Amino acid sequence: MNFTLKIWRQENAKAKGRFKTYKVENISPDCSFLEMLDILNQQLIEDKIELPVDPIAFDHDCREGICGMCSLYINGRPHGPEQGTTVCQLHMRKFKDGDTITIEPWRAKAFPVIKDLMVDRSAFDKIIQEGGYISVSTGGVPDANAIPIPKEDADLAMDAAACIGCGACVAACKNASAMLFVAAKVSQFALLPQGKVEAEKRALAMVAKMDELGFGSCTNTYACEAECPKNISVENIARLNREYLKAKVKKADRKREGGGFG
Amino acid sequence: MSQTLLKISSISKKVFMSLAGLFLIIFLVVHLSINLFILPITENHQEIFKQAVEFMTTFPLIKVMEVVLFGAFILHIILGVVLQIENWMARPVGYAVSTKSKTDSPFSRFSIHTGVIIFIFLVIHFMNFYFVKLGWVDPPAGDMPVADKHDFYNMALNVFNNPVYSVLYIVLILGLGFHLHHAFQAAFQSLGLNHPKYTPWIKGIGLIYSIVITIGFISIPLYFLIN
Ligand code: HEM
Ligand code: FES
Repeated sequence: MNFTLKIWRQENAKAKGRFKTYKVENISPDCSFLEMLDILNQQLIEDKIELPVDPIAFDHDCREGICGMCSLYINGRPHGPEQGTTVCQLHMRKFKDGDTITIEPWRAKAFPVIKDLMVDRSAFDKIIQEGGYISVSTGGVPDANAIPIPKEDADLAMDAAACIGCGACVAACKNASAMLFVAAKVSQFALLPQGKVEAEKRALAMVAKMDELGFGSCTNTYACEAECPKNISVENIARLNREYLKAKVKKADRKREGGGFG
Repeated sequence: MSQTLLKISSISKKVFMSLAGLFLIIFLVVHLSINLFILPITENHQEIFKQAVEFMTTFPLIKVMEVVLFGAFILHIILGVVLQIENWMARPVGYAVSTKSKTDSPFSRFSIHTGVIIFIFLVIHFMNFYFVKLGWVDPPAGDMPVADKHDFYNMALNVFNNPVYSVLYIVLILGLGFHLHHAFQAAFQSLGLNHPKYTPWIKGIGLIYSIVITIGFISIPLYFLIN
């Protein structure tokens, strides 16, 4: 298969980027999208099509849809045209021979471009650092069945925990909102007894960080859910809204009683 | 430095907006029920309309609700505009090819635009009716003699007898309908109310509500245009 690629090239965070057009030929339909870019990069290096030689920078790691590193905005959609798939799991057979494919980086104030198609997503790490964990006291490993959890809650928590933190929700959202990501991270804990203990503090702190880092807010367009490679549901956003409201109300209560709380 | 303007968290803003919005949604039902009596739907429609206006302009509880109504509008509009500005700032560099997601309906993408249409409508509406009641501007001119500044019936006739106004009214109300279609279900989601069983119902009721409100309000200028 042959393709024309319009790829965003940007030397560094400060530089003004632009699109450059490349042609790739004889690509196998079973080639993955990232392999196709590897082939192009190999050509850039070996054939010295442009000088100085500068292969296209893009993020990737596991290439099996579990790490959340790959992040390309292809023809107007994060991770490309296939629903519920990361771009590393996308194959060229999903395109038509001769297609022109536009590849852009995630676009958000909170995700600045590092180089070409690679963006800095450490904003997500900062949100996690605000409470996306459980402060476990060390000790023996508890028996797996010591804390009974309803099957439905366990399933919902697992669905939320499927989030790989790739940032496609932010990329897809017209407001560059991180609500689906934060909602998944808050939900996976809020649904389980171990996570409930710190649920209030977590919801307040993670939302405050999300706002501070310059992500937009949710206006319920649900583009995030449609584009999420792990099909995380916007029901989680409603749960985050509930958790946040509950925490706000309780915090106000405690203030009135003179108790100390974050 | 905090990114959020107004120092209110993004979620709190949405909660206040949706509460104000839900109040406005109820208000529209009351408003439409009265307006429909401008049309000859019953023998004594004119009487009923005038009595309703009398009630709405004098009953003390309604006076209180009027203040709440203004508060809801102002809160909703200010938060909506602030939110939108923040959301634009969240993506300083846009995409060359924009999203074509399946669930991303035009209704939800254009909330601020339909909101501005509603705002334009409100300004015109106030010039024609509310400011007249306050005695700030003259009643709308036309063939019908306007008895006093509470004679909304004849004011409405004067206004709708102008075909340019009637057409404009229809166009602006369509904007309201588009806003409502998205906003109805959004208000529930923003309040954290999303349930696999009930959300489809909320969306369905929202669709019916927005169609009824739109057709209801449009039917009045349409009647005047046809006759
Ligand atoms: C100047 C007028 C208005 C402006 C600028 C405006 C703006 C907005 C904006 C920006 C949103 C958020 C977008 C979203 O949630 O997707 C919104 C939501 C909403 N609007 Fe309006 N609006 C206006 C008037 C109205 C009116 C007249 C009503 C109802 C009668 C209304 C009802 C709602 C509701 C219920 C929501 C959903 C709230 C939520 O999702 O949290 N709005 N509006
Ligand atoms: S490279 Fe790991 S998810 Fe795509």
